[in-house]
Amino acid sequence: MRNRVVITGLGVVAPNGVGLQAFSKAIKNGVSGVRYHQNLADLNFSCCIGGIPEITEDKKLEYLTPLQLRGFKSSGILYGCMAGIDAWKDAGLSLDAKSELDYDTGTIFGTGTSGVEKFREAIYKLDNNQVKRLGSTVVTQTMASGVSAILGGILGLGNQVTTNSSACATGTEAILMGYERLKNGQAKRMLVGSCSGHGPYIWGGFDAMRVMTYKYNDKPKQGSRPMSASASGFVPGSGAGALMLETLDSALARNAHVYAEVLGGNINSGGQRNGGTMTAPNSEAVQRCIKDAIKNAGIKAADIDVINGHLTATMKDPVEIKNWSKALGRTGLDFPYINSLKSMVGHCLAASGSIESVAAVLELNEGFIFPSINTEDIHEDIASIIDGSKIPHKTILSDINIVAKASFGFGDVNGCVIFKKISK
Amino acid sequence: MALETLMDVLFLRKLANRRITMKKEALIAQLKDIVQPYVQNEEALENLTENTDFISDLKINSANLVDVVLDVEEVFDIEIDNDAMEKMLTVKAAMEIISAKLDEK
Repeated sequence: MRNRVVITGLGVVAPNGVGLQAFSKAIKNGVSGVRYHQNLADLNFSCCIGGIPEITEDKKLEYLTPLQLRGFKSSGILYGCMAGIDAWKDAGLSLDAKSELDYDTGTIFGTGTSGVEKFREAIYKLDNNQVKRLGSTVVTQTMASGVSAILGGILGLGNQVTTNSSACATGTEAILMGYERLKNGQAKRMLVGSCSGHGPYIWGGFDAMRVMTYKYNDKPKQGSRPMSASASGFVPGSGAGALMLETLDSALARNAHVYAEVLGGNINSGGQRNGGTMTAPNSEAVQRCIKDAIKNAGIKAADIDVINGHLTATMKDPVEIKNWSKALGRTGLDFPYINSLKSMVGHCLAASGSIESVAAVLELNEGFIFPSINTEDIHEDIASIIDGSKIPHKTILSDINIVAKASFGFGDVNGCVIFKKISK
Repeated sequence: MALETLMDVLFLRKLANRRITMKKEALIAQLKDIVQPYVQNEEALENLTENTDFISDLKINSANLVDVVLDVEEVFDIEIDNDAMEKMLTVKAAMEIISAKLDEK
């Protein structure tokens, strides 16, 4: 049996908007959430700008208990729990600590690392011979599956509860893993998403690789410029995105609001062959991933209205455009609209795929295409492949039908998911 | 007298040139040692010259260029800033940057 899979709830914690409403408004208005961070400058970072969601202590208490927040230092898990709980409520599901265990619902909630700041605190104590003083939550805050474990308990999930990890492809992969499980009839509802914490201990390694821009410290909002000729590296971001996936049957039975359908997609790897490396994608595999996603979704390349790119604002952006163009067999004015949410929130790393997918689903549901800001100077190697009008500088109101979202990660891993507007 | 002075000057210049060449060769040899662990094209390493490109000739993974720079900083006890680092893509560029930094010391 092959079930149709739909999206019935969304949650998002992004640098330019916390909560669905704020986020939707921000992306329509092209609002950047990138800011200057003095603590990065104090630590001699080359890149001192980044995207961090703004969350008050009161807001945290809407999601986690004072006990859960005691000694809590894992921003990624916090974002993930907030987005996950929001998506759950948005889907019309009730939150009750005494709810009956639901064997039909699970979660696949990804991350790259967990609780790095908590880990740092623990290491200092350990090296000071204070292992006994670590407390009870070092394990749960630093284990990779910390986020899915906490969500599973809050929501009472009885199906698969796990965390996936595939670098910057994590979020898109989580969606496709949940989709597969539902399609194959192994669950009725899967909460999928991903999260990434913020701060110097997470971003430092990227700064050392010089893959983050150090040229926009004095104008942070212009720093994240995917597809621009003056792009000079990505801006680090953080946050979480969550989608409540559900079989169409389950959604209809609950009379749930449906945002969009997950038509299908594909995950593959370039195996670090043919030009692919630990940090650079094998173009042949990227093109194959997109083509196989289209095939899996049962659509044609010509059906795609909008591409929600990976597009990080490094020198790899023109290569990505070339790969999309080759995979779809579309160029110039025939190329779909294309945008990068990273222009507004930075590269939210493991969280990028899910936050960007939430944006894509909002576009389908509300009928708009969000702008890719900081693209006034399109890179010449991009302008030679696609028409400049295909990169929106301002929100375009349009009844779009199909969005293709792709993510590519370190390790030469790729994911591409196809979302479709649901006919009312 | 005048002729002798001229010959002296020429001799000294020759000596200085030889010293520069030797310095250059020594620098190339040091660079060769530094990049060796990251090189994926051994043959190009054998034939390394001033015009060798780290990525296209030696097939060094671009991500490893950061490590090359760190090793250069350590060996020569110098500090290479981000802008200089972006230019360090060939043996020649690396030599120029290293020499300039050593002169500053």
